Amino acid sequence: MTQLPSQTEKKLGLVIDLDTCVGCHACVVSCKGWNTENYGAPLSDQDPYGADPSGTFLNRVHSYEITPSEGAAQLIHFPKSCLHCEDAPCVTVCPTGASYKRLEDGIVLVNESSCIGCGLCAWACPYGAREMDQAEGVMKKCTLCVDRIYNENLPEEDRVPACVRTCPAGARHFGDLGDETSDVSKLVAERGGMDLMPEQGTKPVNKYLPPRPKDETFDVLAPFLEPVAAEPKGFLGWLDKTLERL
Amino acid sequence: MAHQQPKLDLSPKVSDEVKKTTCYMCACRCGINVHLKDGKVAYIEGNRDHPVNQGVLCAKGSAGIMQVNAPSRLRAPLKRVGERGSGEFEEISWDEALDIAAGWLKPIRDEDPSKLAFFTGRDQSQSFTSMWAQSFGTPNYAAHGGFCSVNMAAAGIYTMGGAFWEFGQPDWDRTKLFMLFGVAEDHDSNPIKMGIGKIKAKGAKVIGVNPIRTGYNAVADEWVGITPGTDGLFILALIHELFKSGKIDLDYLAHYTNASVLVNEADGPEKGLFLRTTDGAPMVIDRKSGEAKPWDCPGIEPHLGGTLTVDGVTHRTVFQMMLEEFLDPKNAAEAVEGKVGIPAARIKAIAAELARVAFEEEFELPTPWTDFRGRKHKTMKGRPVSMHAMRGISAHANGFQTCRALHTLQIILGTVEVPGGFRFKPPYPKPSEAHPKPHCKVTPGAPLDGPHLGFTHGPDDLCLKDDGTPARIDKAFTWENPMSSHGMMHMVISNAHAGDPYKIDTLFMYMANMSWNSTMNTRGVIDMLTDKDDNGDYVIPRIIYSDAYSSEMVAYADLILPDTTYLERHDCISLLDRPICEADAAADAIRWPVIEPDRDVKGFQSMLCELGAKLDLPGFVNEDGSQKYADYGDYITNHIRRPGVGPLAGWRGNGDGQGRGEANPEQLQRYIDNGGFWIKHIPEGSNYYKPWNPDYQDWAVETGLYDKPQHYLFQLYVEPMRKFQLAAEGVGDRQPPDHLRERIKNTLTPLPIWYDPSVDNRGDEFTVTALTQRPMAMYHSWGSQNAWLRQIHGQNPLFVPTKIWEENGFAEGDWAKVSSPHGDITVPVAHMAALNENTVWTWNAIGKRKGAWALKPDAPEATKGFLLNHLIHELLPPKGDGLRWANSDPVTGQAAWFDLKVRVEKAKAPNEAQPAFPSIKSPVGTGPDELRVKTDQDA
Repeated sequence: MTQLPSQTEKKLGLVIDLDTCVGCHACVVSCKGWNTENYGAPLSDQDPYGADPSGTFLNRVHSYEITPSEGAAQLIHFPKSCLHCEDAPCVTVCPTGASYKRLEDGIVLVNESSCIGCGLCAWACPYGAREMDQAEGVMKKCTLCVDRIYNENLPEEDRVPACVRTCPAGARHFGDLGDETSDVSKLVAERGGMDLMPEQGTKPVNKYLPPRPKDETFDVLAPFLEPVAAEPKGFLGWLDKTLERL
Repeated sequence: MAHQQPKLDLSPKVSDEVKKTTCYMCACRCGINVHLKDGKVAYIEGNRDHPVNQGVLCAKGSAGIMQVNAPSRLRAPLKRVGERGSGEFEEISWDEALDIAAGWLKPIRDEDPSKLAFFTGRDQSQSFTSMWAQSFGTPNYAAHGGFCSVNMAAAGIYTMGGAFWEFGQPDWDRTKLFMLFGVAEDHDSNPIKMGIGKIKAKGAKVIGVNPIRTGYNAVADEWVGITPGTDGLFILALIHELFKSGKIDLDYLAHYTNASVLVNEADGPEKGLFLRTTDGAPMVIDRKSGEAKPWDCPGIEPHLGGTLTVDGVTHRTVFQMMLEEFLDPKNAAEAVEGKVGIPAARIKAIAAELARVAFEEEFELPTPWTDFRGRKHKTMKGRPVSMHAMRGISAHANGFQTCRALHTLQIILGTVEVPGGFRFKPPYPKPSEAHPKPHCKVTPGAPLDGPHLGFTHGPDDLCLKDDGTPARIDKAFTWENPMSSHGMMHMVISNAHAGDPYKIDTLFMYMANMSWNSTMNTRGVIDMLTDKDDNGDYVIPRIIYSDAYSSEMVAYADLILPDTTYLERHDCISLLDRPICEADAAADAIRWPVIEPDRDVKGFQSMLCELGAKLDLPGFVNEDGSQKYADYGDYITNHIRRPGVGPLAGWRGNGDGQGRGEANPEQLQRYIDNGGFWIKHIPEGSNYYKPWNPDYQDWAVETGLYDKPQHYLFQLYVEPMRKFQLAAEGVGDRQPPDHLRERIKNTLTPLPIWYDPSVDNRGDEFTVTALTQRPMAMYHSWGSQNAWLRQIHGQNPLFVPTKIWEENGFAEGDWAKVSSPHGDITVPVAHMAALNENTVWTWNAIGKRKGAWALKPDAPEATKGFLLNHLIHELLPPKGDGLRWANSDPVTGQAAWFDLKVRVEKAKAPNEAQPAFPSIKSPVGTGPDELRVKTDQDA
């Protein structure tokens, strides 16, 4: 019902490294803090000190266990927020034009003053990346910190999304994925960055770098250390010879 | 609808002002930028210039705004008006509160200062609080180190003059293999995450040794899911394999460690002690001349292999004793694989990888230096293997020796204080002899004879009274745990209640949730705090408690002195205490009031300045009897510890002083202007090989870290431990009680060993180990009422490995009864495959008591959350000898939290986690039903 631009000048987005994400939730809370205080209505929390606290978060970290057929189980931490899709179904489904994709950078946003809180976009998003704010009755989503990345009141080095600025492990990268020469595009090429659920045909801008293979550091066929002695006396003989060479 | 987009303001105002201070959402002391609008906290982010976090900030740090606005903040001093534990209080004025406190404490000080037990929990101002306690005169002072990680700290200092975290860090820029042992996802919080990200980006390998594969271990390239409590055995097997193959750094061992020092071999009172010069210097054989020389003699080549006979007594080197101990087949990979739960082939492969990276990837920095014996080096040799460990390996009854083994492993590879390895942060390295010894001499009406805590070097340093009984209420520095450098906070309430070794009058605590998650045996401790004698008086007569929040402990105190939040106070992260240094720099930091409290509260340390003056404590009053320090900020600025040295090192004297100089009234403002911290970099050439590098030693003296150069050798063989063993063998006047002799002989070995703590915990009947971890997004009890963080961690199931899950036929939503020799709990379970097959675990301190923390009584923390603490006793199961054996390390007294052995069985789901406790009355009510926080909206 709402049209997407045929193309955007840039494709700003995130590259998230699943090899180094330790699942600390720093990005989650930094996002909550910035977006509570900034863009649009505050992110509210219902029953914040009670039985069923539930608030609006624009970014959440999920953890998944993977049990390979051989070897030890692994735990993957998976941060998830809006992927700023090129073919964003959340935009096209919007009845009022409140959801839109920006021409200049491809960021998908909600214009809260025209959002009627119908929730269609959340149903349309295959990633579950939109959350209805229960206090405000408007749809909330990752803005890629559009109020930070161009903000002349911030030092230039801080003009990145709050989650990227705060990530302790350096697992989050921000840039123009439409520009093949950008650092993020190079990282994606080097590390085999992937789309989340490509079969949905949404053409997500955000990319995930897969975890490197684990528990394969040591070649089990590599030779063990060669003994020089099995008991102290023999060792002292070896020691004398070695020390002479030093 | 055609594409249309509104015009956005892309440069909205971010804040009115930014104030830079130090985080306190955990103990890691990151720098933060606090954005304020209309004087209110609008947003908190990391400080890019700060040495600890370099701009990043964890979930806790970013959630600080919700801690500062928390409904659980205490509002005014409280006086108990109902029974202890009822939560019946009335608000009183500060004048009345301090009059009450002084009225209790003054007579104690005049008659017997040891009747006060003053323990300060997770205190970051120990150089100040210890001074207060020393001035009061009680021997009964410590912070929380004894129940946290003293094994790590003490083993590190005795062995190599420092440990991990605050003491040192991997050389993140150069390390190629990083081995991480038992880290519970914090300590060090952001720096470890930053370091792992950095080294992984460069292709370095991370090995995680931990029964649980979460957090750092989830991103480790190699996960070693070890059996809990066997880390020491695993490490000794690595040492064995490395020795057997000669993959050890002989030059490093000979020159920089006491492997070359000569040890007396003859049976008798000197057996196992060092051969010393008449001046007391340990001696080595010089390989060039063949003569015995003092260890630090210029120009010598210390010999690892020789023997020397003096007056008919044979002496041989520590190195030869190491060979005998470490080459013993009991330490072979094949001999230990079953116990540690790691196949021998894998242990050997890890040993081979350590050796390969340490020796085949050896490199040199083109930096010439000259060592303390005058040996000139054209370059600085690097070995790119580094390690880190924390509570996971130390909170066991064999933790001290395990930590010693880990340091030994790093040292034989020649990786400590070298490029690519593990590096100390100033004021470390610092040998154990450079620390104070413990003091305990009590004089009514006068200060203690010296600092409470320190390092013992033999039986003469123990804190015993003339009759041989313990001088301290926690029995630190006694035969039960002779090297308990941080005290034993976990024994205070139990001992005070038992009157063992004596009764006290007033228990005064700060930031320690002793009636809940910060204690073993929670139910028992609650009973001890409320127990009355035959006269109807409380067995522990008076309890004063200071906390910023309505924690579970509040209800059990008679007088509450409410503290501020971390944004409303002064603090100093001092070089006298636990500073924020980096391997390449000395640094310290402050907190300062970036907002003013809106409640009738006082910073704990400011309150102590006032109370100290009321009690006429020396150091807290002027000559005319007036109060010396108006508040903690005044103390930080004006206190002089040694001539020219005070709590803060930066901008001393006229403002140019770095480390040394007179007090400067502008000092705090200079810190504020600089972003809340001070840093002084170590010049290139001085920044590696610090214990043996005269250039570093001179820099350290110039910076005021100490007053003269203190070169020393790493102590692979810890002679003080041998002195305690000798006493247990009958040598000397100060003798241990008979029931402790065998234990001292067996556990205080001067070379690291491993012994099985499960035996004392009935591990044959209770075969599963139960552990806790602290989540990265929550810290102790502090964080658990935080409205944002509790949405991430509001519940803590017991995570159960596949084997136990299937044996019990568990399904999602099930509950289990978990039993230990001490008791049982009934709790929700969840399946986790990436877990050692005989280990269960849960998140620490998520479980809350109903009524605490301004949570509603039906909060999941109180209905489904639980503590393992109910299963852990401060004493071991009775051995039938009628004695109280502490559940602690026999060397340091560290609480053995992770020796907990349990049984797990399916249980019918109860209404709520068991044991359930009645609600306590909240002094602050409960929090609001909804939060819509935005500074310009609620203005």
